[in-house]
Amino acid sequence: MIVETGHFALILALALSAVLAVVPLWGVLSRDATLMRSAPSMAIMQFFMVAVAYAALTWAYVESDFSLVNVFENSHSLKPLIYKISGVWGNHEGSMLLWVLILVLFGALVALAAKNMPDDLAATVLSVQSWVSGAFILFILLTSNPFARIGMPPIEGRDLNPILQDPGLAIHPPMLYLGYVGYSMTFSFAAAALILGRIDAVWARYVRPWALLAWAFLTLGIAMGSYWAYYTLGWGGFWFWDPVENASLMPWLAGTALLHCTAVMEKRDALKIWTIFLAILAFSLSLLGTFLVRSGVLTSVHTFASDPQRGVFILGILVFFIGGSLTLFALRAPMLKQGGIFAPVSREGALVLNNLLLTTACATVFVGTLYPLALEAFNGAKISVGPPFFNYTFVPLFIPIFFAMPIGQLLAWKRGDLLGAAQRLTVVAVAGVVAALIFFAMQGGPALSAAMAGLAIFVILGAFVDIVSRIRAGSSAGAMMSRLWGMPRSAWGTAIAHAGVGVTLLGLAAIGWGVEKIAAMKAGESVDVGHFNVTLDNVVTRPGPNYRETVAQMTIRTGGAVVAKLEPSRRFFNSRRMTTSQAGLLNVSLGQIHIVISDQETEGPLDTRLYWKPFVSLIWLGALIMALGGGLSLTDRRMRLGIAQRARRRDNAAKPVAAG
Amino acid sequence: MTRKSRRLVLISSALAMLALAAGLVLFALRDTIVFFYTPSEIDAKNVQPGTRLRLGGLVKEGSVVRGEGKAVTFSVRDGSGEVHVTYSGLLPDLFREGQGVVTEGVLEGKGQFRADSVLAKHDETYMPRDLAESLKKQGLWQHGKDGAPDAKGK
Repeated sequence: MIVETGHFALILALALSAVLAVVPLWGVLSRDATLMRSAPSMAIMQFFMVAVAYAALTWAYVESDFSLVNVFENSHSLKPLIYKISGVWGNHEGSMLLWVLILVLFGALVALAAKNMPDDLAATVLSVQSWVSGAFILFILLTSNPFARIGMPPIEGRDLNPILQDPGLAIHPPMLYLGYVGYSMTFSFAAAALILGRIDAVWARYVRPWALLAWAFLTLGIAMGSYWAYYTLGWGGFWFWDPVENASLMPWLAGTALLHCTAVMEKRDALKIWTIFLAILAFSLSLLGTFLVRSGVLTSVHTFASDPQRGVFILGILVFFIGGSLTLFALRAPMLKQGGIFAPVSREGALVLNNLLLTTACATVFVGTLYPLALEAFNGAKISVGPPFFNYTFVPLFIPIFFAMPIGQLLAWKRGDLLGAAQRLTVVAVAGVVAALIFFAMQGGPALSAAMAGLAIFVILGAFVDIVSRIRAGSSAGAMMSRLWGMPRSAWGTAIAHAGVGVTLLGLAAIGWGVEKIAAMKAGESVDVGHFNVTLDNVVTRPGPNYRETVAQMTIRTGGAVVAKLEPSRRFFNSRRMTTSQAGLLNVSLGQIHIVISDQETEGPLDTRLYWKPFVSLIWLGALIMALGGGLSLTDRRMRLGIAQRARRRDNAAKPVAAG
Repeated sequence: MTRKSRRLVLISSALAMLALAAGLVLFALRDTIVFFYTPSEIDAKNVQPGTRLRLGGLVKEGSVVRGEGKAVTFSVRDGSGEVHVTYSGLLPDLFREGQGVVTEGVLEGKGQFRADSVLAKHDETYMPRDLAESLKKQGLWQHGKDGAPDAKGK
């Protein structure tokens, strides 16, 4: 019954989408305020409907209702509760439902803020958003219904793919989807601006929080995915330039460009058309990512059960939205009024450079990801485009960004002083060079790593130069303190996010100092990795909730003293007859010891792969810092235009009462 | 600076950036891409020794020989061809005799291949798509126990 309720709620949500997609838009065209104002309540209702559907599916998972095909194929009664809940999105159907849930959640959030937006803008945005969510709900109901029943319910399910039975599953997909789907919101705003033929700094203010939110979550989602791959796939790497990873990187690059571009629009009312284009691009790339992953065009760890029908359907959605929005763009963009002018050397100019580099880098990733597919379609030749391609193309385009970041922050709006900015960065640049030399002296290894680490220090320190000089402009200690407090949070947010980029770069630079050892170990033997000594004490077998694992008990020593014990293991899941590898990880300051074992030959030595990766944690820590910076900016007063207005209105409303 | 000259600077810098990117991409595509072959295609297309390529096929039953340390040799076969592979390193989790494999490395001589990586597979039914297609064409595709393997490649 609960399951049927969920199914029914989803169908209702589709019907509501159809109404929401048409009625408010009709209201905008016919200037009917009542029709326009119907949008927010419908968007909130739509969210409740999808939430009911989602809750029903979660209930079926928690209760292990194997009469549902989806639950039978992806769950098991012995599975720990956390994987029953997060297992809902560990498969194609459920993850699409999560995707839709987030789509309508964003719609509902805009609906809640709609009171502070012009009626026609809110109505158009919610309508466009509803076109997107309607298309995806239709997709779920027609091709990937999670509520389909089995005639003869089996007693036990087939279990979730063991690789997915990991805490990463609880975090990575929701974060990533909040990011991906967040760009549907900026897309809806862009489409609304084109439909209404009106775009200005106020529009940029409404869009910025969404661009920031989507960006912060996408950053977290990608970082989490990368860390998950690092510790679970057992290859010790964190980024493989796998097409599916690229599919998430492309919207991130376009979204980062968009984020910076909206800043220009808000402050200077310039780059309007370009901002609209980026908003369309970011969401198009999100859709492209969905298509690549879901259609079976690519095979990877993310490929869910592929079905040509689904691929064609998503391709249809892709063509409709990208084609439709670009047509709208071509028709309406020339009508948008041009904004303020600026000199090439200025804050705007720096942000344009940032945009150029990011989008070009995005284009190279696009080529590297799709060229093999295109080539195969044209002449059948099969090629693989691996890391070397991206090292030659993506990396050279990204290096200038690191140099330009601190400089751009110091340029004034409208007309900047390049020489002055360079002078203010002298100290930081010297610090970077000194840091590079120190790293080289201490770690040795490739000079490139030391140079990159120096660049990273330059980026980290450079991020704060502007803030520090603004504080130091205070005449006394007290004035400095008040300046420190008075600094807008978005200034801190920018500085922190930029520093996060530097932190990630430092982690990447340190790859060159890593040590990798492959050894066949017997019990009692030990191996040196970096300045650590690893001893295999014993190999034991023990049962887990729904698996059996072979555990290598190891002791890590440095200079004779025991640092820690590690237990890398291999888990055998009987229900799927599949083995997964659990790496043994040990954090030592900011580096990690990473140990993976292979299947043991009967009574033979244990094949072991051991890594010492100094500073590796910084790669993900940097992403966390970036997202934190984004979050801090989000709390800035200027982002909460609506809230400020609401407070003022409440004050006004309260006054007459007080007077009376 | 006038609107016109500002636009000129913008457009020319954008074009310069695009030209740079196009140059990098073309350069990288010439030097870094690797073609995929099965053993019989290597014979048919007369691939020269010294070429870097991806070799895919089935691991021949009884051909896996573990040597000193991490050295291992095995044969990769398909319908009509067979290539002897030498490799040093850990084999991926699901490397099995009789199952599909993709290796990357250099063709050393006729039927001799030195691999520097053996690609990890994600589960027992996962097979790189290019390999699956080649095998299907040659009629060597075997369905797994419970249905089509490509129906549940996660």
